[in-house]
Amino acid sequence: MSASHELWLDEDAGRVVRPYALTRGRTRSSGDDLDLIAMVTATGAPYTGEAGLGPEERRILDLAERPVSVADIASEIDLPLGVVRVLLGDLQDQGMISVRAPAQAGPRPHERILKEVINGLRAL
Amino acid sequence: MAYEPSEEPVALKILVAGGFGVGKTTLVGAISEIRPLRTEEVLSDRGIGVDDIDGVEAKTTTTVAMDFGRITIREGLVVYLFGTPGQERFWFMWDELSYGALGAVVLADTRRLTDCFPSIDYFEQRGTPFIVAVNCFDGADRHEPEDVRIALDLDPDIPVILCDVRRRASAKVVLVTLVEHALRTLTPAAG
Ligand SMILES: Nc1nc2c(ncn2[C@@H]2O[C@H](COP(=O)(O)OP(=O)(O)OP(=O)(O)O)[C@@H](O)[C@H]2O)c(=O)[nH]1
Ligand SMILES: [Mg+2]
Repeated sequence: MSASHELWLDEDAGRVVRPYALTRGRTRSSGDDLDLIAMVTATGAPYTGEAGLGPEERRILDLAERPVSVADIASEIDLPLGVVRVLLGDLQDQGMISVRAPAQAGPRPHERILKEVINGLRAL
Repeated sequence: MAYEPSEEPVALKILVAGGFGVGKTTLVGAISEIRPLRTEEVLSDRGIGVDDIDGVEAKTTTTVAMDFGRITIREGLVVYLFGTPGQERFWFMWDELSYGALGAVVLADTRRLTDCFPSIDYFEQRGTPFIVAVNCFDGADRHEPEDVRIALDLDPDIPVILCDVRRRASAKVVLVTLVEHALRTLTPAAG
């Protein structure tokens, strides 16, 4: 492969690439079902894959040092949700993040919580 | 550096729906720090991308972005707002958005009341608690909430309120009304 080829394939092109190039063209992953407000937390587990962590994945891990929602991550790293879900699915498969479904997806939110929200909104 | 939560964080989801240009983005922006959130499904290859996404107010962004706002009630209790495009071609997003949602605000404009029919139908069918907030645009005739209720054929227990979503105080009342309604709906015994 010539040097000019390598130039065009330069991984550092970063944000110039189309979003799905970050996922190597995949539009589906184990992250597909992640709720928008599911909470993502980095586990601190080391990376054991072969492809290497991309800058976006590293950003996600930084953001997830404390629990952060899927929507917050997508908005923060400014990538479409579908792309973010693929990246999150990979990190989850690697054991590098844990994901907690939102509490109210199952049983409805507790009365106490709703009252707290009402009071909180009033106090804004 | 493991994170040690003092209490499991709770996240709640509220949807803001309604027809084109009815004030969804304005409402979310009036009450929370609004940020764009892109959905990939509607990205076309016409070069929508890096530059377009900042302009939440630009009409074209409604095809690629939903409104996303966050209100921190306290540490560990956060309300997320999602402004969802009302046009039918965006319905693919609604199933995901309404799943587990605490409730929805359906914004209505009395000059184009039929625009909010799809949203109301949708939330009625899903059993998602919702209220109707009539956004009072300048120059539009004032309508009594009861007139709107009749025109929309709404159940008597569904709150209908007038609002001006440009005003934070008004946006607050809208959200409080919804959460109170959700509380009544979800815990009927307490009502
Ligand atoms: N006079 C008046 N103007 C309003 C009010 N609410 C919104 N507007 C204006 O109406 C226009 C549309 O409001 P948006 O908040 O962008 O409406 P939207 O529902 O997000 O629109 P789309 O995303 O395009 O469907 C903006 O120029 C607002 O400033 C209101 O209560 N009164
Ligand atoms: Mg809008």
